[in-house]
Amino acid sequence: MANPARQWSDQDVEEWIGNLLRAGVTLAAAVVLFGACVYLARHGHEVPQYHVFVGAPTDLRSISGIIKDALAFKSRGLIQLGLLLLIATPVVRVAFSVVAFAMERDRLYVVVTLIVLAVLTYSLAGGRL
Amino acid sequence: MNIIEFTLVVWVASLFAGFVGSLTGLGGGIIITPLLTLALGVDIRYAIGATLVSVIATSSGAAAAYVREGFSNIRIGMFLEIATTLGAVGGAMLAARIPTSAISIIFGLVLMYSAYASSRPRHEHLGNCRPNPLATRLKMNGIYPTPNGPMGYCPQAVPAGFSMMFGAGVLSGLLGIGSGAVKVIAMDQAMGLPFKVSTTTSNFMIGVTAAASAGVYLSRGYIDPGLAMPVMLGVVAGSLAGARVLAQAKTRWLRLVFGVVIAIMAFEMIYHGLTGRM
Repeated sequence: MANPARQWSDQDVEEWIGNLLRAGVTLAAAVVLFGACVYLARHGHEVPQYHVFVGAPTDLRSISGIIKDALAFKSRGLIQLGLLLLIATPVVRVAFSVVAFAMERDRLYVVVTLIVLAVLTYSLAGGRL
Repeated sequence: MNIIEFTLVVWVASLFAGFVGSLTGLGGGIIITPLLTLALGVDIRYAIGATLVSVIATSSGAAAAYVREGFSNIRIGMFLEIATTLGAVGGAMLAARIPTSAISIIFGLVLMYSAYASSRPRHEHLGNCRPNPLATRLKMNGIYPTPNGPMGYCPQAVPAGFSMMFGAGVLSGLLGIGSGAVKVIAMDQAMGLPFKVSTTTSNFMIGVTAAASAGVYLSRGYIDPGLAMPVMLGVVAGSLAGARVLAQAKTRWLRLVFGVVIAIMAFEMIYHGLTGRM
């Protein structure tokens, strides 16, 4: 082959996407689990109040607020950070697929994946989906 | 019941939901939502947030295994995601204008028929099948592992599958749930994919559809960490167990489980449509 960069096969793409998903979920679960231990130690004997909707606290509704709470070692902030990582995993997977299909020189699927990524970004940024 | 006991109950139920969700490609919301709202009295908005988390957790947890083992067809998944994501955007726009209760009832009736149709064994286009020209151009023909070694398959009726996927997206935008069922049915009944490829590819896709709407629910405060935590941890563990079972499971048995679960879902949808509650 003229090009020195090795062209990826379908197996390479599957391997990479599989590993990426596993890494994302493992990291997310570890953060949630750590937050859960702190949360249950601090609040375990309180009574859950989920029958009335007040919504999660405001600082747990935005990415910056969640990161701030997690860094301050607040248990609910840590859990929410883990959930953010979980939500990000499929989005990162789609973004990474663009690269993977490009490495495979599959132009058709680079375009297909870019369309999906564009719609996904629109709905995440536009707020309403 | 204090928070420790509550967390334990939700965790155990989520374990089961993740297991069933990853085996059927449906995502586990069918179990989580009614458990939280009906059995534990959780407000529907918290339940929706927790369900969303459970769908993403099932999808990503099991997909890692399904993709590496060669069950999920990532090209079919990626191509059809165009339809589901566009459909979801459209569905969300329609949601304010259409009475969702009527849609729930119609969808419930469609699911009831699908439960019957998809639980019956069906001839699958395997081995020396004739490739469909459009599917070939889209590089959708694939190979997946079976007990008798790797087996090739040829997707059919791509436009029909694509249209149904658009419908699945619209439904998920309108009703918030049920898109997994339409995804599996579209690939299984319309495109003639092997059942395990249909369920695992659906499983691969549902995470993306759910992640697209996660931003909205997060900013509205639907995702409560105390409630979502046991759901997430249980569902991830359950979905990993489900992914182990699927490889060995008999297709006939999986079809039966799928049929039973979507029949239950059909009743939930009709009940929801008639009473306005989940």
